[in-house]
Amino acid sequence: MQEHTVKAFDEDITRLRGLIAEMGGLAEVAIEEAMRALVSGDEDLAASVVERDKKLDVLEAEVDALAIRIIALRAPMADDLREIIAALKIGGVVERIGDYAKNIAKRVGSIEGRKRFEPLTLIPAMADVAAEMVHDVLTAFAARDPVLAREVIERDEKVDAFYDSIFRNLVSYMVENPATISSAAQLLFVARNLERIGDHATNVAEMVHFAALGTLPPDR
Amino acid sequence: MVTETQPKMRTRDVTVSYGDKVAVDSVSIDIPSEYVTSFIGPSGCGKSTFLRALNRMNDTIPTARFQGHIELDGEDIYRSKMDVVQLRARVGMVFQKPNPFPKSIFENVAYGPRIHGLAEGKAELDTIVEKSLRRAGLWDEVKDRLADSGTTLSGGQQQRLCIARAIAVQPEVILMDEPCSALDPIATAKIEELIDELRGRYAIVIVTHSMQQAARVSQRTAFFHLGKMVEYGHTSDIFTNPREVRTKDYITGRYG
Repeated sequence: MQEHTVKAFDEDITRLRGLIAEMGGLAEVAIEEAMRALVSGDEDLAASVVERDKKLDVLEAEVDALAIRIIALRAPMADDLREIIAALKIGGVVERIGDYAKNIAKRVGSIEGRKRFEPLTLIPAMADVAAEMVHDVLTAFAARDPVLAREVIERDEKVDAFYDSIFRNLVSYMVENPATISSAAQLLFVARNLERIGDHATNVAEMVHFAALGTLPPDR
Repeated sequence: MVTETQPKMRTRDVTVSYGDKVAVDSVSIDIPSEYVTSFIGPSGCGKSTFLRALNRMNDTIPTARFQGHIELDGEDIYRSKMDVVQLRARVGMVFQKPNPFPKSIFENVAYGPRIHGLAEGKAELDTIVEKSLRRAGLWDEVKDRLADSGTTLSGGQQQRLCIARAIAVQPEVILMDEPCSALDPIATAKIEELIDELRGRYAIVIVTHSMQQAARVSQRTAFFHLGKMVEYGHTSDIFTNPREVRTKDYITGRYG
């Protein structure tokens, strides 16, 4: 893309994009590590996921401040304006994704008898899809790629299908083994969190599409 | 190209040259009556020349040559029998620097209606002057000093006086050539507010270097570059999602 006549404008936008990329990287790692902690019962790892979520909050505040500064100082127009508004919204959404990962990590200590749970094999597979959505949608933002963004949106169906299947699985588990209700309910929340992460990745994809083309993707 | 139900002015393949230099190159546009239309573009892009073609102001420049076709309510304004003085009353103009006559505030506004025979007697003239000054948002500031010279007003007031002067002859179209570029931000805001109030009553065309101003006051925007009209559309589309790369580069500050 051609440079702005005012070079500092380009520097601001590059920095904003860098912050979003950094947030995306942190959120993706948080999902993966929360999942690893959940499966292995590693409470130290879970605690470090919770601790590192603070960094995401700090970065979100930086994104907000920088985006507001750019709008105030540069009065951006057209694709610049769309990109800055998208970054502002994406920052908020990625921070929420981090919160869901943190919430999963917080539940690690409350799962008992994890070897018995069949859903515990489905949940990491679901998490892989969700984490990959987060990864790819931020790649789409970095590359200003609306095609990849639409592709990510389509993948949300897969996450929803996982959720339905895990839900049914856990309910029948609870019916058959009332002693597992407490742990199974925790896992239900985990699956729910992953499902929300998929939805949020979809929201990010819509913003990427908007930033690139000025329109929201069709058939939302 | 935006199609309007009933354009106030219609231009087809308008080309204006100064000697050998083509300033405006084959511009076709419909000016709506119910909206404010802004012309934007870098210096020398032809937007002011094109604006001045709309009321034949370029006729006064000996080297200027006009080709093409411009209609006002379907009437060819470049036909030989056209009364140019009458045309400029119907299509009024406000310039970059406020240019009140060196006469009283009252006379500045009364002059037009008087020479065009729009008022019968002093009472009616008074009414026209008051109404025009009110409409230009200046009445309350000048009603007690109508006999003072127009040049004693502040820059922003002078510009509103010029707008009142244009309004007084009951124009159908008001052309504004960078009307705020010599004004401070408060006076600018007052003019913008005024433009918004006048919208609907007159077709308004404004040339401006401030893209924020174009975005704020107009509903239609045309982008000019090197004499051509590159893009014309709804202002909100032009500033959020322009179709043409040249428009985008200009409004995002990447031009040149």
